[in-house]
Amino acid sequence: MSEASPTATQLPAWQRFSRADLIFAAAILALIVFASLASEAFLTQRNMVNVSRQLVTNGFLSLGMLMVVRTGGIDLSVGSVLALAGLLATGLQEQMHFSAAILLALGSGVVIGWINGFLIARYNLQPFIVTLATMGSVRGLVYVYANTPRYPVDEAFRGLLGGAFIGPVPVTFILFALAVPMVWFYLNHAVSGRLAFAIGVNKEAVRLAGVNVGRHIIFAYVASGLFAAIAGVLLASRLGIAQPSVGVGYELDAIAAVVIGGGLLGGGGGTAIGVLGGVIALAVVDNVLNLFNVDSYYQQLLKGLIILVAVLARRKKA
Amino acid sequence: MPELTVRHIKKSFDGNPAIRDISFSVAAGRVLALVGENGAGKSTLMRVLSGAIQPDGGEVLLDGEPARIARPADALSLGIRIVYQELSLLPHLSVGENVLLGRMPTRGLPFQVDWREVNRIAGATLAGFGFPDIDPQALVRSLSVPRQQVVEIAKALVTEPRILILDEPTAVLSASETDRLFAKVRELARSGATVIYISHRLEEIFEIADEVVVLKDGQSVLQGEVGTLTQAELITAMVGRPLEAIYPERNRTPGHAVLEIEQLCDGHTFEGIDLTVHAGEIVGMFGLVGSGRTELAKAVFGSEAWTSGEVRLEGAAARITNPAAAVRAGMAMITEDRKGDGLALDASVADNAMLASYRRTSRAGVIDGTARKRMVDQKVRELSIRLRNTAQPVRQLSGGNQQKVVLAKWMLVEGTKLFIFDEPTRGVDIATKVEIYQMIADLAAAGAAVLLISSEMPEVLGLSDRLLVMREGRLVAELEPSGFNPEVVFAHAAGLTLHQGSERLQ
Repeated sequence: MSEASPTATQLPAWQRFSRADLIFAAAILALIVFASLASEAFLTQRNMVNVSRQLVTNGFLSLGMLMVVRTGGIDLSVGSVLALAGLLATGLQEQMHFSAAILLALGSGVVIGWINGFLIARYNLQPFIVTLATMGSVRGLVYVYANTPRYPVDEAFRGLLGGAFIGPVPVTFILFALAVPMVWFYLNHAVSGRLAFAIGVNKEAVRLAGVNVGRHIIFAYVASGLFAAIAGVLLASRLGIAQPSVGVGYELDAIAAVVIGGGLLGGGGGTAIGVLGGVIALAVVDNVLNLFNVDSYYQQLLKGLIILVAVLARRKKA
Repeated sequence: MPELTVRHIKKSFDGNPAIRDISFSVAAGRVLALVGENGAGKSTLMRVLSGAIQPDGGEVLLDGEPARIARPADALSLGIRIVYQELSLLPHLSVGENVLLGRMPTRGLPFQVDWREVNRIAGATLAGFGFPDIDPQALVRSLSVPRQQVVEIAKALVTEPRILILDEPTAVLSASETDRLFAKVRELARSGATVIYISHRLEEIFEIADEVVVLKDGQSVLQGEVGTLTQAELITAMVGRPLEAIYPERNRTPGHAVLEIEQLCDGHTFEGIDLTVHAGEIVGMFGLVGSGRTELAKAVFGSEAWTSGEVRLEGAAARITNPAAAVRAGMAMITEDRKGDGLALDASVADNAMLASYRRTSRAGVIDGTARKRMVDQKVRELSIRLRNTAQPVRQLSGGNQQKVVLAKWMLVEGTKLFIFDEPTRGVDIATKVEIYQMIADLAAAGAAVLLISSEMPEVLGLSDRLLVMREGRLVAELEPSGFNPEVVFAHAAGLTLHQGSERLQ
């Protein structure tokens, strides 16, 4: 009571995280410790490089998904966008320099994201339905463009991105590692990020405060489209092949990472750090199960269970 | 023997008492009116009786026996039915399905709906209620809002309740529909049921109720036979203190016209609205629920469309088609529904406070954290908002402090010329009310134009420099402070002649 201002009190750092956050952090650490004790292959540099490259795809998809989920939406089209961007970035190399092909590929993600956001914001349509529709039609577009795999023409496409390292660290992972703080900054320190969060909590209140709500919603879907396209380009450059069938079901892994990271479908939660944790957790689970040669069907089963546990742990007290 | 007794019920939310101590008793076959200002505890009491929430203390007795109402299903099996103000109908289903939701008759197979029986029962219930013309097979969404309200009530009637609680049932009903409802209420009472009737319209209470309980700040402060009470006594009991102590002095001088409205019409809820609000002036607007006052405010603020007429701001025609344009033009609107559209409850105090003024603390879209903190902290101190820290979700604050966050949001916007307050003290304790009244007066004293919309009579009478009365979408009276008389204002708002109004007071 002697404090001059009631706002002067700051919470100690650990109290700013919810109990569920701390439990998840502990669970991930426990899993890593378990994996390194149980399998000699886990903590090797070779395996760590593998894990870090593999998580980049879901990592970018999840960052975009997080931005959309914070506005109260969802983006089901990311898997299709990923496939389209990968095909464009490789296939167009037959006509142009690979850097121009990459730009066009990223542009396709931006355009599809904008269409999603525009339809949702302008006509007040349900994000689930709109992105379900674009998921289907973009997948169709992918097959119209190429119903057989495409291979990169330019060696540098692979050499500079998917196959490149700086020291022991894969370049694709570095790009993801740079994107995380950028998204964190947007969510916490950009006007648009704060407003997007408030929109997810109560759109009408934000609109009545005189804010152009649609702009911030569209921005989130554009970001999601762009991140999905980046994921597609990087995946194609890492694998050295772009398949029209790639990315089916990837949106579920991205949603899973967001939910594990504290995101609430319908708006009102989720942090960049939390999503990073979710992405790492899913990647480590995949990797550990692979190391133990567990059938991939069990992997899906386990991932489903993890999502349920995450949702239960974070459910609001009635 | 009394049918329903409520004894020393208490209930707090997050440490804020919503009900401090409510006790009353009503015999079978009687109609009890429950009155009180917004925030007096009526809705919390209903939620206790419906089993939606559990009281912290006290008990409910039925026929002298303690009743355990742990879940909504318990209330139903005890014969307690509540018709809420908000419609809970499923618009895409038929009238019959809605009336019999959860109790559909079957035939043949145990899950096979007997549609003929559904329509027969629903039709008979509606006919017995005086509405034989509502087709049980019609989709609810094809009905008018008053007719939907009738279906909502029929849904309760079909269960033949022992205790029927009606919350503002006539807000959307026409006079003839209200008459049929009252006839049904009397019939129910004659057959031995207990009816609890909640209404703002004191006239109705004198017409339909046998006795009345007044709630104030979560306590039952008065119970009496309707015949022995006057309207004035009821109002005094509801407000609970002399009006002079609550309201700031009027020492303002109105300046130039800030808001001028001519012949504004939206084609369905209001028409032919003419009004002017000057700088430094508080213009009150009183009207019953459904009179069109909120729609008018939303139209002026650009959040709902209007079809004809003219709105001028400081003499220049303003074509405001969305709230963003309204804010740019120097308007602020404190909405009536704080939780629905005034605040993002799960966002922090700071986020909510900055919602309308991010431009002031950001450069190239990036927030200046230091400036933001300074501005928010300053407003928190100025308005003495009680909180742990500004990163706290607004949801955790009390109703009064939540409302102060809404005020802070608009006071942080620079250069606001016109404030529209729509029910600014709904669900706010009396101490915070007094603070909010002072803030509104201060805004006007500093030269802002204020349009104050409220259904709380004492509030508009105590604060306004001029009072407009709205009824059924039209402004029906304009009064100066010398003519501020609750009965006159109410008579205008309810469409009674003064003769009838004063007769009731005998």
